[in-house]
Amino acid sequence: MTDTDRTVIEAEGLRRGYAGGFEAVRGISFSVARGEVFALLGTNGAGKTSTVELLEGLAAPSGGQVRVFGLDPYRQRSAVRPRTGVMLQEGGFPSDLSVAETVRMWGGVTTGARPAAEVLALVGLTARASVRVKQLSGGERRRLDLALALLGRPEVLFLDEPTTGMDPEGRRDTWELVRRLQAQGTTVLLTTHYLEEAEQLADRLAILHEGEIVLAGTPAEVTATRPARIRFTLPAGVDPARLPLSLRAAAEGQRVEIRTDRLQGSLSELLRWADEYGIELAGLDARSASLEEAFLEIAQQRRDHDGLGSAGSLGSPDSLGSPDSLGSPDSLSSPGSLGGRDDRMAGTR
Amino acid sequence: MNTLTLKPSRLFALGRSELTLLVRNRAALSLALLMPLAMVFGLKASLSQYDLEGGAAAVGEATLTGGIGMVLILVVYMNLVSAYVARREELVLKRLRTGEANDLEILAGSTLPSGVLALTQVAVLVAAGAATMDVRTPQNPVLLLAAVLAGFVLLAAMAAATSSFTRNVESAGLTTLPLFLASIVGSGMFVPIEMMPEAVASVCELLPLSGVMELVRAGWTGTGEAYDLMGAALTTLAWMVITVFAVQRWFRWEPRR
Repeated sequence: MTDTDRTVIEAEGLRRGYAGGFEAVRGISFSVARGEVFALLGTNGAGKTSTVELLEGLAAPSGGQVRVFGLDPYRQRSAVRPRTGVMLQEGGFPSDLSVAETVRMWGGVTTGARPAAEVLALVGLTARASVRVKQLSGGERRRLDLALALLGRPEVLFLDEPTTGMDPEGRRDTWELVRRLQAQGTTVLLTTHYLEEAEQLADRLAILHEGEIVLAGTPAEVTATRPARIRFTLPAGVDPARLPLSLRAAAEGQRVEIRTDRLQGSLSELLRWADEYGIELAGLDARSASLEEAFLEIAQQRRDHDGLGSAGSLGSPDSLGSPDSLGSPDSLSSPGSLGGRDDRMAGTR
Repeated sequence: MNTLTLKPSRLFALGRSELTLLVRNRAALSLALLMPLAMVFGLKASLSQYDLEGGAAAVGEATLTGGIGMVLILVVYMNLVSAYVARREELVLKRLRTGEANDLEILAGSTLPSGVLALTQVAVLVAAGAATMDVRTPQNPVLLLAAVLAGFVLLAAMAAATSSFTRNVESAGLTTLPLFLASIVGSGMFVPIEMMPEAVASVCELLPLSGVMELVRAGWTGTGEAYDLMGAALTTLAWMVITVFAVQRWFRWEPRR
């Protein structure tokens, strides 16, 4: 097996600048293997769509390169397109055509298109076939968009925020469909700002922030870089300063929060201490890091960063890998440590 | 535009949906069907003021050849500018580019309904003119057909170029006006070129549609010096080259952000 048999999407040092000087994508690299579901996660404006459009071959990068099946999706369009399916962030159907007419038109420009009835059944739009596009709900439009993306039985599927605007049922249906497609060997690259979606579907993910990948890996790897959290409230009269120093607790009045990357050890220590002094820890809550937490911290840091305008401390390379900075409560409020780009994590090639 | 191939099945699929959209768009459809008719009456009234050599027959022929130009401008050019802008603003063009159809196919597919409609109307003009007016049938039908087809290609390309500086469907009425006016006034539709002062005429001969119109007239009347016809063909070709360059350079496939 050659490399291009296994790796179907490859981005290297990808950059995209717009007229006016704004650079939406600032040198990102990653690769997606055949049959993998890869999620690009990020807040609005993080550069997800700008990145996906480069992968889809809608625009040429201003720096770096993209390969899909080892080909340039922009310059070798006619060789790449028959093997990819694309769902843009926003539809793109004439509003006066019906669902069936739209599928028929798209079938006419697609090699080996599935029958319209089959693809409409796949996305659950059979009953709406004769309805005009302008009368569809937002969720139904996403389903139609997905139907068109699937029409040519693509090897690689690009889904830009596939479930935005869908109700919970539509979202579950779509997830189910993506899993089925993956089981059939389809490679899927999706963007989302729903963490649950990434956690549910993605084999690997990358978190984009201001056009750069700040974290990447499997969902488990990404959450493993974040500290676990213990919260409780001390009884009145117990000074938080009496807590063991090694726990590095942060207190706000009697409410205490501990960040740790050794949850079991820190928790044992805390409980031994409480036992020893006969102190009751009200509302004790200990939990491992979630993807959501990782994501929110990055989003929070972005707000802090915007608010304070302090770009200087962003992205110190070793802050994530070092347990010291992770365990310290300070690290959460300081913009410096959160955007930290750990090359061991981001370096999923 | 990495390939210049045109796959008939893809063109047909795109043209078919464009036709459905045209039929469902009452305003565009009535513009395409009724305006040329109204303009032909206007042309006849205007041309009758001039003392054309050849009398009533000459007025009739000038009216009908002018009518052909009118059909090209209204049905092909103005209609297509609206269509391209509407598809762009609805993100249809962008979506299509994610598929297998190449850029030329996407642009050409959209022109099919207008092309068929325009050719049909030209045929109706020829038949109705011969039946009701005191004019001859076209003397050189091959030249006439070639001229009409050249006009179709040129105006479709000009529509694509015009759409790039047309922000929305509403403003298409404004952005199409310059070429519309230049053509009806300067390309010999409302005012016969031979009635213009020589200096004005020699400038008007260089307008985008003037070459096509001269070839249309020559095809109908069977007159015209080879030298003049060659000039008209070259003028048309030059405009095609300029327009294709402009489309490649400036055509926008998605709305401005």
